[in-house]
Amino acid sequence: MAKYLLLKHYRGAPAAVNDVPMERWTPEEISAHVRYMGDFAARLEATGEFVDGQALAPEGTFVRYDGEGRPPVTDGPFAETKDLIAGWMVIDVDSYERAVELAGELSAAPGAGGKPIHEWLELRPFLTAPPTITE
Amino acid sequence: MYEALLRSLTPRVLGILVRRGADFAAAEDAVQDALVEAVRVWPADPPRNPKGWLVTVAWRKFLDATRADAARRRREDLVDEEPPPGPVPAVDDTLQLYFLCAHPLLTPSSAVALTLRAVGGLTTRQIAQAYLVPEATMAQRVSRAKRTVSGVRFDQPGDVATVLRVLYLVFNEGYSGDVDLAAEAIRLTRQLAAAIDHPEVAGLLALMLLHHARRVTRTGPDGSLVPLAEQDRRRWDTTSITEAVEILQAALTQDRLGEFQAQAAIAALHADAPTTEETDWVQIVEWYDELTRLTDSPVVRLNRAVAVGEADGPRAGLAALAALDDSLPRHAAVAAYLHERDGDLPKAARLYAEAARKAPNLAERDHLTRQAARLNARPCR
Repeated sequence: MAKYLLLKHYRGAPAAVNDVPMERWTPEEISAHVRYMGDFAARLEATGEFVDGQALAPEGTFVRYDGEGRPPVTDGPFAETKDLIAGWMVIDVDSYERAVELAGELSAAPGAGGKPIHEWLELRPFLTAPPTITE
Repeated sequence: MYEALLRSLTPRVLGILVRRGADFAAAEDAVQDALVEAVRVWPADPPRNPKGWLVTVAWRKFLDATRADAARRRREDLVDEEPPPGPVPAVDDTLQLYFLCAHPLLTPSSAVALTLRAVGGLTTRQIAQAYLVPEATMAQRVSRAKRTVSGVRFDQPGDVATVLRVLYLVFNEGYSGDVDLAAEAIRLTRQLAAAIDHPEVAGLLALMLLHHARRVTRTGPDGSLVPLAEQDRRRWDTTSITEAVEILQAALTQDRLGEFQAQAAIAALHADAPTTEETDWVQIVEWYDELTRLTDSPVVRLNRAVAVGEADGPRAGLAALAALDDSLPRHAAVAAYLHERDGDLPKAARLYAEAARKAPNLAERDHLTRQAARLNARPCR
């Protein structure tokens, strides 16, 4: 039992094999893609492995503390940010191998021409609760 | 207030329903429904015979569900009559339930979920909270697990080892939420030990009790990890330790050593020592040798290297460590500790920092980072 984050990048990940921007797809291809993502999440719910999934807007703001009694400073969005997270899915699976298998399936979501995008997804393990028995 | 009683009755009631011919999945649902009803009704109207009450209500729930199901499918209603009470089965149904819920067909997480629900009587919501997943996800995990074992014959003998692995997982992994999983694992292992005389069951129970006895001293007030050497031993639960040692000694006399007995023996030697220095490290190394023989696990070898470092000095520990693959989890942490003991502080600091980066959980990461910081902050020579 281990939780993993599957991170999807707007940019910052290595280029996908079927690397056509979504706005160049046909509407049907977009629908097929969306359906695939929905089906994937539903399938994980059915296997008892789904924890969470969210999409993020591409633009965000950086915020930092600016001292007592002062409003936080905001900055951005930064056009040059090289790493941009598009969204995530959190899964709870029995093994790393299973997490890799599922990430592979998610990466096979159809894109332009109805062909799999083969996009790179980042797989990150959650830090867990400490086990009781260590020695 | 009735929760403990209800949950201790859960596996017996479920066993009775299955013996009466209910299929496991439907019986399990019916028992859960009956538990919910008991929680609602008992406070105002406590039954004289709680178990009988639960069996009656659960059986009725089962029949209702079966009828509804049958009606939906426009089939003949086959199960209609209250079965005769019949003799009490000689076989222990509780034991059979443990086997079924830990069946090798199940993945570890499914076996854990099913055991906690069907044997432990926990609700899906409680299990979901304990493992930080949505309730819907846990519900699916449970029902999938039930489907997986639906074809398994209930009275088929099982392997105790698979059950012990599941209980060990419940004890060792999970988050502390509403349900205390460690206490629950102890309860379930105790119940199993009452159903079957097996030295490894006793060994696991002893192991759990020994670790549980030290639990309050394992974390500081801020949630930080307190290593064994720094724990306040006066606060260890001596009643649990005494009980565990008795259980373990009785198990060891059966002369059928297994990994849990060996692990418990190591934990008992720690529990028995007034300080780290006074710990019988030589005997601990011997037990690690036994464990290595029994499991051949690289993690055991790693722990053995620590014990060797204490018994024969850090150089000997480092020599034992040198034979191990440095990609092992916690390898860097052990190396850091042994190098510190050996006086190579810069190297130890580097290794602690490396170990922190590789730590699998936050508490360990923070602890290791603090160790690195402590060494880095030492005055320059």
